[in-house]
Amino acid sequence: MKKSILLFLTALGLLGSGCSTSLVRVQPWERGNLADSLMAPDRDPLNKAMTEHGYFSREASFGGGGVGGGGCGCN
Amino acid sequence: MRLLLLLCGLTFAFVGRAAETGPLKAGDAMPNLAGFALTGTVPETKGKVVLVDFWASWCGPCKESFPALGRLHEKYKDKGLVIVAIGVDETPAKFEEFLKKQKPAFAIVHDREHKVVPVFKPATMPTSYLIDRKGAVRVVHTGFKGAKTEEEYVKEIEALLAEPAS
Repeated sequence: MKKSILLFLTALGLLGSGCSTSLVRVQPWERGNLADSLMAPDRDPLNKAMTEHGYFSREASFGGGGVGGGGCGCN
Repeated sequence: MRLLLLLCGLTFAFVGRAAETGPLKAGDAMPNLAGFALTGTVPETKGKVVLVDFWASWCGPCKESFPALGRLHEKYKDKGLVIVAIGVDETPAKFEEFLKKQKPAFAIVHDREHKVVPVFKPATMPTSYLIDRKGAVRVVHTGFKGAKTEEEYVKEIEALLAEPAS
């Protein structure tokens, strides 16, 4: 009985600690790598245009990148 | 059973740690900066008005704030203001490069291993703390909004300098 209560409390604690903000969040002072220009998706206009073209012509996922279109890939 | 008890204890210690003190706010006592393993010399702050600024080389507003901090330093250093700018860069080369460009006249220390920054828990970069002569945090500035923030600093620093030390 005692053992099962302990097990329950441990599981509860583990679950609780998983929700803790200090464990899951990148703190403001830890964002050096995220702020690196390499992390910017639009750092190279040509690369961006080519990627968008790839999505447009191969996946027909037009419209998701801030441009018009219904997703049919026909315009 | 012993293992389970240990696991249970560790779990709650972990949760307890996660739920420990929040960010430093107005009214809190300023932590003793000399007590942390910081690179650089922490100036004497006893009886002084202190501006502790957290910055990083990768943060644009930090770059903008440095000339303003330099002006405040020049204007108030003889009246009792001490500025301590704490860099949180993990790469020493980037930290050095930033300082080479900015050439600040005020005190700079490096919290490379993030020993002191989790105690202050700044909400954003930069965040600065104005501390009165008695060692209590009086104002917390999050971010830097150019001339507006500089004007606020001037008002607040002058008010704090006018207060008696004891």
